[in-house]
Amino acid sequence: MTQIFGNLLSNYEDVVAVLLFSIGFCVLLFSRNLIKKVVGLDIMDTGVFLLLASRGYIAGRHVPIIVDGITTAEYYINPIPAGLVLTGIVVSVSVSALMLSLTVRIYRTYHTLDVDALYMMMAVNKGGKP
Amino acid sequence: MRDKPILDPEFSSIWTLWKNGQIDLTTPLRSAGHQDPKSVREVEKYRPRRSREAYSQYVRRSTKLYKIAATCLCLIFITVMLLTVANLPPYGDPNAPTVNEVSERYLEEGTDETGAVNTVAGMILDYRAFDTLGESFVLFTSVCAVAILMNLSGKRQHIKHTKELINYADDMIVRGVCRFLIPVILIFGIYILLNGHLSPGGGFSGGAVLGAGLIIYAMVWGEEQASRIFPAKTVRLVVFCSLVFYCLAKSYSFYTGANHLPSAIPMGIPGHILSGGLIMPLNVAVGFVVCFTMYSFYMFFRRGRL
Amino acid sequence: MMTAFRIILLSSLVLCAIGTAIVKKPMHAIIIYMAYSVIMSVIWILLESPDLAITEAAVGAGVTGILFFLTLHRINLIDKDAEHDEEKKAEEEADHEG
Repeated sequence: MTQIFGNLLSNYEDVVAVLLFSIGFCVLLFSRNLIKKVVGLDIMDTGVFLLLASRGYIAGRHVPIIVDGITTAEYYINPIPAGLVLTGIVVSVSVSALMLSLTVRIYRTYHTLDVDALYMMMAVNKGGKP
Repeated sequence: MRDKPILDPEFSSIWTLWKNGQIDLTTPLRSAGHQDPKSVREVEKYRPRRSREAYSQYVRRSTKLYKIAATCLCLIFITVMLLTVANLPPYGDPNAPTVNEVSERYLEEGTDETGAVNTVAGMILDYRAFDTLGESFVLFTSVCAVAILMNLSGKRQHIKHTKELINYADDMIVRGVCRFLIPVILIFGIYILLNGHLSPGGGFSGGAVLGAGLIIYAMVWGEEQASRIFPAKTVRLVVFCSLVFYCLAKSYSFYTGANHLPSAIPMGIPGHILSGGLIMPLNVAVGFVVCFTMYSFYMFFRRGRL
Repeated sequence: MMTAFRIILLSSLVLCAIGTAIVKKPMHAIIIYMAYSVIMSVIWILLESPDLAITEAAVGAGVTGILFFLTLHRINLIDKDAEHDEEKKAEEEADHEG
């Protein structure tokens, strides 16, 4: 049992990150409103960032800003995952902005945000089998 | 056909209306300006191959199937990911494989080689400057894409219901508070930007705070005023020059590094504001790109043009 | 003590995420998402990354929320413009017949 469930009960951040990713995925799959789908995608993004950045934390050590001339690596946490996530946060806002502008364009043409109605209207527009 | 317009917010959903046979979904296509005779003829020629009841039963069944399949997929997904995550090293373990010689090198010799006290900023703007360059280009591309999508053409630029747009500048409380608050926000953003190599912050954080300050200025004092201070030409010029400066500065670093030449840019004393070689100018460049990206998103969503 | 604080923050994060899934109106989902972003910002401080905390606070709760509200506002305006057009067309037809 401990082999399968390993560190699940002590790595709270990893479990929560996986839960957030799957909740965001469920919101993306199940919601009928386009705007809620975008919110779901944002939640998935932050779940991934939590998983990445929690890999860099080392218990008992400090923020990776050199103070008092202490340059030994045992005094600070790992700075690499924080740098990766910093880029990711700003890219996630660009992706959200792009998706929201697409939503506005869809609304201007079809006047609905409901995915099922959109699908039917687009099928009728193409003249093919719905 | 109902006599109420299709956009009445009282009705629960278009889906239920269509199922009960109360609306005909071909009408929005005609009223949305599809006056192209070819497309109108195509729409009218279409006859469904099944009756409405059979079709709605088919759609209901496939919706149920979709829900069941999606639930199964999500459950499988969660189980697999939890089992994978269970085998990661424990939280805060100093013997984890991610703590290797790379992070030791960045921490121990980071200050000597880059001159930055904040090792994260030194890492993303010196050791891994390529990633930051790519990220700035991603931001620039997304602004271009939003500009193409949200740009209203010609006569549609003027929103007809101008009385629906709330003018925040008329409100005395909002105006008074913002008169005090906006300079503080802008100065704080500039402080984060310039001190990126000495304390937490840097290009992205400072740029985001500056962008938020500009957004609230444009909201309270009106978009006309904001677009007079930051016309489209200025924004385009500043973003373009920041990206070109970043490329040229880092090309110089790559050139001197690859050929083992000494770099002509002084490293300075770590801890002073004019130190770290190229890190402070690059922070400013990235900050400008991020700030004007956020501001452009706001203006394009609000007005359709900068 | 810190473990209890961590557990409280992480569980409220999951509760906020479930909240966005459950509520019906998109406006409410956006407000819960902004609260989720602020809690996330505090978690970044617990993980000893202040750069991420500043950026997440400014970007998640600030700029993304504003973009969502602007989208909803613009959709409302498109609705009102279309209604306005239909009313004008109905008036013109009434004038034409009269």
